[in-house]
Amino acid sequence: MSGAVATELSGWGRTMPTVARLVDAHSETQISELIKDADSRGVLARGLGRSYGDAAQSGGATVIDMTTMTGFRLDADNMSVTADAGASIDEILRQIVPRGFFVPVSAGTRIITVGGAIAGDIHGKNHHRDGSFGAHVTELALIDGLGVMHNLTPKDPRFWATVGGMGLTGVIVSATFTVIPIQSSYITVDTERGKDLDAVMSSMLERDHEYRYTVAWIDSVSASGRGVITRGDHSTAQQCNDDKIKNPRSYDPKKIATAPGLVPKGALNKWTVQAFNEGWFRKHPSLRVGEQQKISAFFHPLDGVQEWNRIYGPQGFLQYQFQVPDSAGNLVEIALGKLREIGAPSFLTVLKRFGPGNQAPLSFPQSGWTLAADLPAGVPGLGRTLDQLDDLISAEGGRLYLAKDSRQSPTNFARTYPRLEEWREIRDTMDPNHVFASDLSRRLEI
Amino acid sequence: MLDALGEPQSVLVFGGTSEIALATIKEMPRHRLRRVLLAGRPSESLDAAVAELRDLNITGVEAIEFDAKNTESHGAIIDGVFDRSDIDVVILAFGLLGDQMTAEEDPSHAVEVATVNYTGSVSAGLHVARRLKNQGHGALVVLSSVAGDRARRSNYVYGSTKAGLDAFAQGLDAALAGTGAHVLIVRPGFVRTRMTSHLPEAPMTTNPEDVAKIIVAALKKGKSTVYAPGPLRFVMAGLKTLPKSVFRKLPS
Repeated sequence: MSGAVATELSGWGRTMPTVARLVDAHSETQISELIKDADSRGVLARGLGRSYGDAAQSGGATVIDMTTMTGFRLDADNMSVTADAGASIDEILRQIVPRGFFVPVSAGTRIITVGGAIAGDIHGKNHHRDGSFGAHVTELALIDGLGVMHNLTPKDPRFWATVGGMGLTGVIVSATFTVIPIQSSYITVDTERGKDLDAVMSSMLERDHEYRYTVAWIDSVSASGRGVITRGDHSTAQQCNDDKIKNPRSYDPKKIATAPGLVPKGALNKWTVQAFNEGWFRKHPSLRVGEQQKISAFFHPLDGVQEWNRIYGPQGFLQYQFQVPDSAGNLVEIALGKLREIGAPSFLTVLKRFGPGNQAPLSFPQSGWTLAADLPAGVPGLGRTLDQLDDLISAEGGRLYLAKDSRQSPTNFARTYPRLEEWREIRDTMDPNHVFASDLSRRLEI
Repeated sequence: MLDALGEPQSVLVFGGTSEIALATIKEMPRHRLRRVLLAGRPSESLDAAVAELRDLNITGVEAIEFDAKNTESHGAIIDGVFDRSDIDVVILAFGLLGDQMTAEEDPSHAVEVATVNYTGSVSAGLHVARRLKNQGHGALVVLSSVAGDRARRSNYVYGSTKAGLDAFAQGLDAALAGTGAHVLIVRPGFVRTRMTSHLPEAPMTTNPEDVAKIIVAALKKGKSTVYAPGPLRFVMAGLKTLPKSVFRKLPS
């Protein structure tokens, strides 16, 4: 196969790499040929590799690097962007924010592709009112398992099988999604500290609906579960003017630093994280209203530090993100408690409220709570504790996010995604020979 | 597939009645296992091994017919396993201790030990390596022995097969570099098993469960050679440099 290079691939958590034949995407014809020529190891599209686990790697397979096809255009009249699947949200924002538009949904990083945003059906701080990314896609072009191109719209069940379908229904080559008008590149942010988990969760229940964007950072080391809630909305031109901001639409986020390549094992431990969390909590005032923050500082604070995933050292890390309905909100406290018991240090623990889910059979969000915690893979007892949490969560109708998952069992997955069979039936019409495969699809027996 | 914590879902054992291999499977998180294949000649003890693992509620335990000496059959058997699904960990665990004195009187006995321990392992090892390379991940665990580190009067036929196997495994690991697959060479000392039950115990004797713990930990860390127990590494390093005159005077 021309241009294929044996390459070790892993997810953002840098755990369990496998080796695949990596090929740069050049054209739809080439992608179609790669699919038709696939051997039994199959084909998978890969974007910027920000999913934490094994979703964008596939041992022995042909993995197509989509980040070589990056074209996109803004249609200001229709308020939409049409982009190649490999175009990054980062590049798109750099073009559209100064022209007064923003993406409808933004994840915690902008270093992701449009194809990945659809395949993972990503969500952001506005899920409670705007839903996930797939809800804002109006059309997508996909090459199926027979190498045939299709234009899919939300009327088509194949569209929804592709949203959240983790790249297993075909190779997304382009998509059109709506954008929202903004008057500035600033967010007017209200910050509120909660002295314990109860205070944080009650405040979120009470007031989240008043804001477009909200999220809470939780101090996972403190037994209180204290946290900091930040909420905001796009600043109007008037607000920027009042705050004497000179270029309210300027947008040019820079990389501030690169994480060191070699971090000694154990540098990130209970005590260093405790010190960080203490400082982070204290840094925020108990209440602050109307602060102007740049879009990049509010949405993507970690993107300023390149390769921050390296701070977890050679064993890598995982992110445990689960969702539970409101009736099982106590699982947030139980999960934090169990992780504290085994001394799993997490300085990035984030709590958020979800609104209703969408029609996509494998889309993750459903109404209720979602908690995400970054955890070093080397913590003793981590596997058993997370397995116990999986059981508690699935018993309450909750589940794990596939774009983050790197360790749940196939039985837990099948139990918690009840529409899996329905999705498989649609997938079988799109990819009858199961050409599309990833390490995730093998691990979870999808 | 291995998960983020390095826990395997599928294991294939050649020499399915090996006490060390079975202890290794039991040492893995059992509820994570989806497919455990015990390959060996059909026998009551192979059936018993399958039953024992099933009784522990391990999913997908099956016996597979495999004869180390019938090298012609190895390719098809191994392809059959890998065609069905990926294998995370393969353990080459078959072997004969043989009897040194019998071997010296009847070289055909020595040939049988060499055929099983060396020829059979080379054949199965190469077929497995081809499939691990194809799937882009996986570990091949080779049960070598300290007996291969320096030949002794009392068991040099066995020792020489392990020395050959060990060298083969080292080279195979080098050949697999960059493919996502790798080899773990395990060099146990005296282990209390059926194979050694008639022999007097040596210093630093271990149980299969001890070796299993070492294997599982080494797999997680991605190591390429381990001794069991660990400090044997230094003992053997010392023994290898002893002058012949001294070495031969050591108790066998």
